[in-house]
Amino acid sequence: MTLHTTQAVTRSEVEDFLFHEAALLDEWKLDEWQALLTDDATYMIPPNDDLEGDHRKSLFIIADDRERIRQRIIRVLDPNCHAEHPKSRTQRLIGNVRLLSQDDDVITVAANFICYRYRRYERVGEYVGNYRYLLKRHDASFRIREKRVFIQAHELGQLGSVSIIL
Amino acid sequence: MPRSYVVDDREKGIFLLDREVHVSEDVLREEMRKIFAKCWIYVGHGSELKKPGDFLTRRVAGRPVIFVRDQKGEVQCHFNTCRHRGALVCADRSGNARRFFCVYHGWIYGNDGALQRVPGDEAYTSAFDKTTLALKKPAKFENYRDFWFMSLDPDIVPLSEYLGRTTEYIDLVIDQSPSGKMEILPGTQEYDVGANWKLMVENSVDDYHLPSTHSTWLNFMANSGVKVEPPKEKGLVLPTKGYAVDLGNGHFTTDNVNFRGRPVAAWISLYGEPAKQEIADIKAELVGRLGEERANRVAHTNRNLVIFPNLVINDGSSVTVRTFYPEGVGKMHVTAWALGPVEESESARARRLDAFLTFYGPGGFATPDDVEALELVQQGLANWSDDRWSEMSRGMGREGEQLNSDEHHLRIFWRHWNGMMGAEA
Repeated sequence: MTLHTTQAVTRSEVEDFLFHEAALLDEWKLDEWQALLTDDATYMIPPNDDLEGDHRKSLFIIADDRERIRQRIIRVLDPNCHAEHPKSRTQRLIGNVRLLSQDDDVITVAANFICYRYRRYERVGEYVGNYRYLLKRHDASFRIREKRVFIQAHELGQLGSVSIIL
Repeated sequence: MPRSYVVDDREKGIFLLDREVHVSEDVLREEMRKIFAKCWIYVGHGSELKKPGDFLTRRVAGRPVIFVRDQKGEVQCHFNTCRHRGALVCADRSGNARRFFCVYHGWIYGNDGALQRVPGDEAYTSAFDKTTLALKKPAKFENYRDFWFMSLDPDIVPLSEYLGRTTEYIDLVIDQSPSGKMEILPGTQEYDVGANWKLMVENSVDDYHLPSTHSTWLNFMANSGVKVEPPKEKGLVLPTKGYAVDLGNGHFTTDNVNFRGRPVAAWISLYGEPAKQEIADIKAELVGRLGEERANRVAHTNRNLVIFPNLVINDGSSVTVRTFYPEGVGKMHVTAWALGPVEESESARARRLDAFLTFYGPGGFATPDDVEALELVQQGLANWSDDRWSEMSRGMGREGEQLNSDEHHLRIFWRHWNGMMGAEA
């Protein structure tokens, strides 16, 4: 670990950042959320029977590069995205935040999450799992280079579509 | 006379479906006896079991089974139910095992199903015969080109006869592979849909819904430089002409000229410039092996194939094998896999998987809207007793070839389903 160019990151700094991100997602401020991403950011949800798999070899739920993320957001904000019209209401809880490693450039962060999703006429959906982030220092804050979502449910089926950004 | 759930007036050209089929518990109970117990039902693909001992546990039409390659290399299907008191003998989702061990009293079965060991078997009389206590199997278990199906009906026709003309279309999919071998890729997609299972049959082949349900997917394609042109011919809904083909026995497919790119082998800008050459090479291999005409069939036509009652093979933006079964009258469980040639290069494989996600699956750019549409149907059907009939006459007056954007193929399903439901189980 080299610290000569930047100060060591603290957990509370990272927590502030993740709580801010969660709030933007809960409020559907997806353009502001996108501004938190690096230009080469990726967003990955592996299948739960191959959590450590490689999206070039395994069928993922989501394996977005930066351009695909941009297109995903255009899509979900479009009123013709029927899966998200009317919009789900979501409430995220982020906890157990851990800094796994940090060097000059990249901070690897793990966190647990619960995301409750409410839709009309539907029972509450509970997405439970953990995140693995690759964050980059950006001024006094961070940018997300990778967000990887591990859904822990044995049966993914009960979650239905994943048309919100987890 | 058995009751009919359809009004099929060919003279007037009107076809109506009784909405009770999607909401009635009695209908679902009857379906389990008359449809799911009387058909060939897809279990899995041989490529999912690479080595002896490899197994997967699945629920196939509600039945827990073990899909396993035994020590001799034979693919087998056992009921996952101990002969002693009935517990599941395997709780793992997948793995490799020579034996299955019932945790309740310790009965042990070989991966061929034979009962190998019963703790304390001196307590039984001589009438207790272990050779009669192997794990039970479905009445029939057969495969076509490594697609394995089971049937609970000992009197069912052989699988090859049941599949009939669907094999022509399965073969077209498998022809993507130079060696004639396709494999299920790692990673399973599962999603429950709050809708009756038969709505997924309709949706999987219904090309009428594409412009309205999937406009955001069309936008995405346009944003990616893929212009999907509006139809040039009067009466078409899709950019290219396509047909709905009756394959007999309640099976059917769409068959249309590609307009959206295919990993094998039609390049679109979405794949990126560097992919151009490899896709041209894939196409050239097809032409060399299959001849120009069939190569074009494989590379430039799409098909959404339904094998009655609940197996769908969609060969479009990518290839997906999808099956679903009812979990109650207003809910289904969907399982979907990606299928690809065994010898595919790393880059072609990655492209196939990426193309899959542009359209299909719970995080795809199209499937979530299909799911939503089906759930809206199920919710709307709460009025079924006062608003009884679904109108499904589209294209009834058309002579000769039937369009994929009409409802001809949906009527094929419903007529066959209605016939089976009218029969004595």
